[in-house]
Amino acid sequence: MTVNEVASVLDAEIVTAGDLNAEVKTACGSDMMSDVLAFVKDQSVLLTGLNNPQVVRTAEMMDMRCIIFVRGKEPTEEVVALAKQKEITILKTQHRLFTACGLLYSHGLSGGDRS
Amino acid sequence: MSNTLSFDYIVPGDDFTRAGEASSDVKHKLKKIGYDSDAIRRVAIAMYEGEINMVIHAGGGKVHVEISPEKIEMVLSDNGPGIEDVALAMREGYSTAPDKVRALGFGAGMGLPNMKKSTDVMEISTKVGVGTTLHMTVYAKR
Ligand SMILES: Nc1ncnc2c1ncn2[C@@H]1O[C@H](COP(=O)(O)OP(=O)(O)O)[C@@H](O)[C@H]1O
Ligand SMILES: [Mg+2]
Repeated sequence: MTVNEVASVLDAEIVTAGDLNAEVKTACGSDMMSDVLAFVKDQSVLLTGLNNPQVVRTAEMMDMRCIIFVRGKEPTEEVVALAKQKEITILKTQHRLFTACGLLYSHGLSGGDRS
Repeated sequence: MSNTLSFDYIVPGDDFTRAGEASSDVKHKLKKIGYDSDAIRRVAIAMYEGEINMVIHAGGGKVHVEISPEKIEMVLSDNGPGIEDVALAMREGYSTAPDKVRALGFGAGMGLPNMKKSTDVMEISTKVGVGTTLHMTVYAKR
């Protein structure tokens, strides 16, 4: 599905838009950025409750297209500015991490290959 | 005449939010050159975890990067506390990071093992009370 469709599945607000038509197939959910850096392969969506610029840095290093902040977390100004600069889409959803992951999974996103 | 590009960065020790700027810049440069994308990913991961380590464990440091068509070499050096037991530090899950670092998404003890896994060569020289220097090499084609 596209980043735009991800947003609608999660009733998410688009905080800043990168390429909303980018096709995404896999996602991961984590608050531990070291784990994302160690275990993620080609996932293009990151769901997290962590709210600091290192979330965007991590997504950037892993070539991810979209970050989703769960539980209605309001991303800080620094986070939004960095994401804009890197053309990464930021979404904000009221769903909790588990629910948001489940919704995307049931709409066809997968966890991707295990490394 | 040489076809090696080299870059130097200072990693400030007092600002966690800026950690990763050097890695981001190197990644950007490699992309622009059209470097092998798998090599770019591995450099980005290793250097970023290294930068984070310098900020959370060593009060900052510096990075020297050399890019040639065959390989990318990174030297990360700091004047931090050094590492007492390198074999232990290399173990997955071993971390001396305080809880406040874990609350920022790091400090799971996955950094050094992941840097080792992501690079082709990694050497640590470290002395307690003096500092740590990490040499890492990523070949354009594994
Ligand atoms: N540059 C450094 N200076 C001093 N100690 C370090 C440095 N890098 C790593 N260490 C030590 O090695 C341990 C393991 O590092 P790492 O695998 O990156 O895990 P983490 O950073 O999550 O603690 C750290 O907890 C720390 O004790
Ligand atoms: Mg680390």
